Order: sequence, then C-alpha cells, then structure tokens
Amino acid sequence: MDKVHPVCDVLVVGAGPAGLAAAWRAAASGMRVSVVDDNPAAGGQIWRGEQTKPSSAEAQQWLERIRTVDIQMINGARVFQQPEARMLLAETSEGVCELKYQSLVLATGARERFLPFPGWTLPNVMGAGGLQALVKTGLPIEGKRVVVAGSGPLLLAVAAYLRRRGAEVLVIAEQASSLQLARFGIGLFSKSSQAFALKRQLKGVPYRSGCWVVAAYGDEKLERVTLVRGGKHWEVACDYLACGFHLLPNLELAELLACAVGNGSVIVDEFQQTTVSQIYSAGEATGIGGLELSLVEGEIAGLAAAGKRDEARNLFPIREKHRKFAELLNRTFALRDELKHLVAPETIVCRCEDVTFERLRTHSSWRAAKLQTRCGMGPCQGRVCGGAVEFLFGWRAESVRPPALPVRVESLIRGVTE
Amino acid sequence: MPETVTLVVNGVSVEMPVGSMVSAAILKTGIYAFRRSATGETRGPLCGMGICFECRVVIDGEPHCRSCQTVCKDGMDVRTDG
Repeated sequence: MDKVHPVCDVLVVGAGPAGLAAAWRAAASGMRVSVVDDNPAAGGQIWRGEQTKPSSAEAQQWLERIRTVDIQMINGARVFQQPEARMLLAETSEGVCELKYQSLVLATGARERFLPFPGWTLPNVMGAGGLQALVKTGLPIEGKRVVVAGSGPLLLAVAAYLRRRGAEVLVIAEQASSLQLARFGIGLFSKSSQAFALKRQLKGVPYRSGCWVVAAYGDEKLERVTLVRGGKHWEVACDYLACGFHLLPNLELAELLACAVGNGSVIVDEFQQTTVSQIYSAGEATGIGGLELSLVEGEIAGLAAAGKRDEARNLFPIREKHRKFAELLNRTFALRDELKHLVAPETIVCRCEDVTFERLRTHSSWRAAKLQTRCGMGPCQGRVCGGAVEFLFGWRAESVRPPALPVRVESLIRGVTE
Repeated sequence: MPETVTLVVNGVSVEMPVGSMVSAAILKTGIYAFRRSATGETRGPLCGMGICFECRVVIDGEPHCRSCQTVCKDGMDVRTDG
C-alpha cells in the first residue's frame, strides 16, 4: 500500500549521528521533523543495534535525546527519486511513501572504499565495517580467525569490537606508513582518551603499519591471505578477512537533487546548506571527519533549517576544531600507490557484472568503460567499483539518474506517473 | 536468555536473537555462497550495509532481497542461490 506522510518542515535523510543531531535540533526548535532511513533501526553504522544497549555514554545521550522530542521516524525506507520539488519518494516493504518537506537535510553518511586484489570476491572477504555490521546483527564470531586490513581508524575500532565478541584477531594490517601514523598519533592523543582505551583492548594483537593484503585464496571461500610488509610476503590462514580502505561519502542522493559536489563530497556553506536552497547536508557526506564532526555539523544543519542561524553560528568554533582533526585524519590515511598494482589482468573490478581489470584498462573514461563493459551498471550502480576505478584510473562518475537505487517496477511506475 | 526467532534457510531451521539480520542467519547455518555471480563465482556479503547487493537472496518467495537489510522473522523462508 502506498502511504502519504504529512508534510513536514524538516525532512532528514539518514538516521546516523549527523541526521539524529539535525533532527533533534530542528525538533527542539519547534519544527515538525521526519527522519527517513534505509536501515531497520536508527543509529547509522556507528550506533547500529545500540537502541537498547548503547556502547558509549555519547551514544546513550544522543539516542535518549532523540526520544525526548517529537520526531516521525521512517525506518526501512530507501529514498530513490524526487518527482517534483520538495517531495521525495521512498520505497518500503509495504510500497512507496511520499515525503513532502520545506527543508531537507542530507545526512547520507559514508561507505567503505573497497580496492580490488586477487581473491577479493571470495565469500568471507568483507569490508571491515562490513564484518562488524554482520556481527552486530547476529553473526557468531567467537573463536573465528580474522585478519583486519586496509586503512583508517575504523580498522582499530573493528578489531577491538571483534575481539570483545570473542574473535581471534590475528593481525591488523594498515597500509599507511609508520611515519604517517606517528604524525597522526600526536593529533589523536591530544583529542581523546578513546585511543588509549582501544590500545588496551587490542593488547597482544599485532598492528602492522605499511602492511597490506596482496591476495586472498580459497576454494569457493576464503582460506588464507598473503600479506606484504617491507617487501616481505607471508601467508596467514583465516576464516574472515575484514578489509576496507577508509571511507567514501555517499553522494548519490545529493547528486540526484542537483547539489554540487567537489573533491568527492557535498559542497556546503557555513550553515551546511548545499548549493540548492533549503537543502542542507551534514556528516560524512560533506567529507570524512568522524563522529564528533558529524554531530556538530548535524546540529548546525538542524538549527539553520529551523531558521536559528545565530544559535548555529555559536557552534562554528567546535566544528572548526573537529575539521582540523578530520584534515589530519585524511592526510594520514591517504592511499599509497602500490595498492594500484595489486590487481591482476583477470581480477574482477566490477563485482555486479564481473568486469575484469583487463577489460577496463583499455578505456579512457568510466563512461566509455560503462558503455563497452557494463562496469558500474549492475545493482550497486558503481557504489563498490566507483571508489576503485577512481583510485585505479582517476575516473569519476559523471551523473546520477533516477532511481538512485534499484527499486521494484511498481515503485518506478509510481515515480513516473507522479 | 534473550528472545529468539526461528527461520528456515535452505530448508534448515536456525534460531537467531530478535533483531538479527537474515545475512547473519545464513552465515550461521554454515552457508557462505549467497549467490552466483554473472560468471558463476560464489559470492557472499561484502559491505554489510545495503550498498553492494552481494548478499541478495530469495526471502518468502521474493527474489533479490538484500539479506543484510532484512530483519529475521519467525517462519521466514530464505533461499540462497549459491
């Protein structure tokens, strides 16, 4: 059954930290607020499954705050189209719902960057956040041997989480060099005590910098990986490889709504407003910066959307502080060139259409490659291979066309006849 | 004891804590191949957050469901294609 929701003043897309912060601020300012999210419950990736038992005081504070205000939560709904100005369509298991708004906050978050290497398509090779999400949602991991690899602070958080749940974390392989990390260390420790806590939780787990997976092997599923560090290769037998190369902003919805994008993130002004009037964006979508920056950006966007610009302005100094940290973060975990040479000619780059590196490298742009090979044209619509081809070939996606996600034919018809 | 639900994956019953995702239930039964790729490779979940579509399976007769975004329910019938 199709469902029409009452018009709201502020519609927030994404129920992670940035979205919840925006929703809370807007609702506390007297706005009628709706939050729409693809996942079955609010919290985003970082607070996934924490509705009843928050993992930190901060998560608890925000999940409680959001219950103190009147917000309409629409979970399990994926926004796929804007049939007319100030209206979005979202698909749910019950049908399409119509979401009308005055102001919009895009808090669409980020996904992991995946890079292809021989064997990366084997079952049980997953993203770092990917494996964590599975364990958070019911996968028993006790006694399983896990290699955590890739890049970024997420690797530490994931390794610590998996260990708490009983996994045997064999090694953490971070591609960034020890020199890069040493510089980051200074910034990290000046910022929080979280780093110390993580260090304690990971006692005894080797953390290898300048180290990465060159190949994964197995007959139908993962059995072992080969790691390299300082020119030395060695094999590690494991049940899971949790591998992600830092994060990439989710831009598809912003692009669909014609908001300008630059340097791989949504462009916003000081009030978090995009280049389209009354459309705001906050959190990882506007650049990878972590939890604290996401929260304060969300608060600013929520206040600005509610017309409380002076209150929003009061939060600028906090945002500035966290932005500095974010810059350091992104410099530290910049990807090394060697990772471009892991792919073999026969390595699959586009997993939806099984397009190999060999078939892609003769093309001059993603558009040309798409037309000739169908790279990026499967169900994920380039969400996985997009980050890879950008890194490998320097190709950028050119446009996003509706629907923003694969939807049922009935939903499409609804979107067209609207 | 936490509350649980029981679903059926490829004919095998599996008990999961309330709120678990179908993807986790499938892996718990020992199945790692969720689907076959365009060229016949076995594939399983990658992103765990609804982006990659590698974990799609048939749920209660409906094909192409992302198992990582679907909450387990009592009596649910799940079929993989691996």
